[in-house]
Amino acid sequence: MFLGKVIGNVWATQKYEALHAFKLMFVQPINGENENIGEPIVAVDTVGAGPGEIIYYITASEAVIPLPVDMAPVDASIVGIVDTINMKS
Amino acid sequence: MFLGRIIGTVWSTKKDENLIGAKFLIVRQLDLKLKEKDNFVIAVDSVGAGEGEIVLVATGSSARQTEFTKNKPVDAVIMAIVDKFDVPLKKYLQEQENLT
Repeated sequence: MFLGKVIGNVWATQKYEALHAFKLMFVQPINGENENIGEPIVAVDTVGAGPGEIIYYITASEAVIPLPVDMAPVDASIVGIVDTINMKS
Repeated sequence: MFLGRIIGTVWSTKKDENLIGAKFLIVRQLDLKLKEKDNFVIAVDSVGAGEGEIVLVATGSSARQTEFTKNKPVDAVIMAIVDKFDVPLKKYLQEQENLT
């Protein structure tokens, strides 16, 4: 699981049919101090996250598990919205 | 998934027999300003994408999660054709790109 910040939306009418009910969002991976690490990715939103929100997402084929289908070509899914992060610096 | 633009097609007759019938497209990765990056992948098309189109590519074992690519040696699949994307947070992208 990784921390990220939602930075935008992607609209795609022509997509894998199982994904029609889901938003696709741009996520910028971040660390615990809210600093960007790495390149933005696109993730399926399964929890109703909005731009600007801090979230966590899962990658690889596990990203399909929150979806109501057993198969979908998805390698990143937002699975939670972060309320607070508590870290010993 | 990553954002990419289809820049070409690969045909190959001599290949793993599981891959017969697959359409291989060359996808160059793009950044949020649609500038082409150095890396690209050969991806199997699952949504009928064509050359020049902006698409999303899923990689790794997730690429096998479609009817066609199930149990096949595929690690990149085109799973969406992007109509439009929007990155409102100014510090990430100045203007909003409209692709239609």
